[in-house]
Amino acid sequence: MTNDQYILGIETSCDETAAAVIKNGTEVVANVVASQIESHKRFGGVVPEIASRHHVEQMTVVLEETLAQANLDMEQIEAITVTEGPGLVGALLVGVNAAKALAFANSKPLVGVHHIAGHIYANRLSKEFSFPVLALVVSGGHTELILMREHGSYEIIGETRDDAAGEAYDKVARTLQLPYPGGPQIDQLAAEGKDNLQFPRAWLEEGSYDFSFSGLKSAVINKLHNAQQRGEEFKREDVAASFQASVVEVLATKTYRAAKEYNVNQVIVAGGVAANKGLRSELERQFSDQSIELLIPALHLCTDNAAMIAAAGSVAYNQGHRAGWDLNANPSLDLEAFGARKK
Amino acid sequence: MNILAIDTSNQVMGVAVQKDGQLAGEYITNVKRNHSVRLMPAIDQVMKDTATSPKDLDKIVVAKGPGSYTGVRIGLSTAKTIAWTLNIPIVSLSSLEMLAYNGMWTNELICPFFDARRGLVYTGLYQRAANGQLEQVWNDTNILLADWLQQVATLQKKVVFLSQDIHLHHETITTYMGDLAIIPDGPIHLPKASYLAQAGMYKEASSVHTLTPNYLRLAEAEAKWLAEQQGK
Ligand SMILES: [Zn+2]
Repeated sequence: MTNDQYILGIETSCDETAAAVIKNGTEVVANVVASQIESHKRFGGVVPEIASRHHVEQMTVVLEETLAQANLDMEQIEAITVTEGPGLVGALLVGVNAAKALAFANSKPLVGVHHIAGHIYANRLSKEFSFPVLALVVSGGHTELILMREHGSYEIIGETRDDAAGEAYDKVARTLQLPYPGGPQIDQLAAEGKDNLQFPRAWLEEGSYDFSFSGLKSAVINKLHNAQQRGEEFKREDVAASFQASVVEVLATKTYRAAKEYNVNQVIVAGGVAANKGLRSELERQFSDQSIELLIPALHLCTDNAAMIAAAGSVAYNQGHRAGWDLNANPSLDLEAFGARKK
Repeated sequence: MNILAIDTSNQVMGVAVQKDGQLAGEYITNVKRNHSVRLMPAIDQVMKDTATSPKDLDKIVVAKGPGSYTGVRIGLSTAKTIAWTLNIPIVSLSSLEMLAYNGMWTNELICPFFDARRGLVYTGLYQRAANGQLEQVWNDTNILLADWLQQVATLQKKVVFLSQDIHLHHETITTYMGDLAIIPDGPIHLPKASYLAQAGMYKEASSVHTLTPNYLRLAEAEAKWLAEQQGK
């Protein structure tokens, strides 16, 4: 008999079918991700209906693999946690209904988790939080600065007014005719190019922590278009490097300023774009005075996974949050509202 | 033998618990509301009311489509996960076959169908066989109702039509089938999870991991992609 607490997580918000078990809120015991990327490549992006179909095919296989890797049976699992949103509604529904079925059949408590809370809590799988914490969340669908004064509380102090950073990456990658997914391709090219095309930086009003990337995206597309009409050509490496420099400079600078203003102990980076090497090194440069601790999760925890859902879910569970059998997928679940929900 | 049956593949949502060959409890609604929100509460209620706990279950039966893509996935995700975690067999039935059971009182041909918009239906042809079981006469398909009726009419046999969308197509059916069409009245057009459970007694179980919905239609993006490949 041990007092260890095992929490199971399920995540199906986009194109990864994932399940995981974590121990005592901070330790990954098993983390299984079935990626569908190969299937969606032929369409040049994630097709929601195809994603949902794959989730149904993969869900029980992934659950079985997870328990086998963890070497545990359902008896030893204390609670089931699942991404309830945001994400693709059809995709979320598969995970939510599987989680409800698992909880019901085994008489276990059920906890709904916000996907972005999960991305933030991925960091707790490497290092304990020290509040206040500032989280920079950057992914295909999100660019946000979130202040956490304590566990489970989320205050959005800045967010994108148009495209998410990851979206801008995808669009520029398509313009450069790079294969899907484009973000990592741009990151790779950027490492070999120079920031010499003078793309704009969108600082917005004085003191604002909001972001905007649509202007930058248009600037890149226009510059390439005009050059083409004059019969000129830029090196793809330089386009990637100049675009990326503009994105990461704004992200890192605003994050640093917000961290100072709110006097935080830690800055954590979360979301798929946290895997970007250019962003990582610019953040490391900004925070090189080491007055504030900078945490960036291991690469495999940056992309969508269920360990992060279990990590955020275990905090919610221990705070007393429980979902009913009527838990539904909520494709536009709001993070602040999620943090403020009743128990 | 305790069986839990689940159908969320169309507008009707049904849950039934059958115990030792007898229907113990059934829940059915015919409203345009979210299956995802209401399915597990319904299962919980029927199980409680029939004093059945999850560990008492011996088998899960689920309707696997055709129908609403999302609806089918809600039922299948739920049924597959329960069967997998309890390590009990799962049996799946075509949602059309499930509805065809409502016509087991007759020896005529049975044609269940679901409206699939733009003149299309999901349908198939069934009949009660000599051994008292339901037999598939023509395979389930996704077809223009007019084309289907034209083919069925050539059989020159009486056919019982069953569909929750029957009111939309009453006229078309009689146009093609004339006096050969038998169209009953009332709730007999709604699929019943109790029949699903009953059918599940005799049907062979599926492998839980490989059981997939019976969409009868490719996803739009996939159909387009395949057409493009053939054009190359
Ligand atoms: Zn994500």
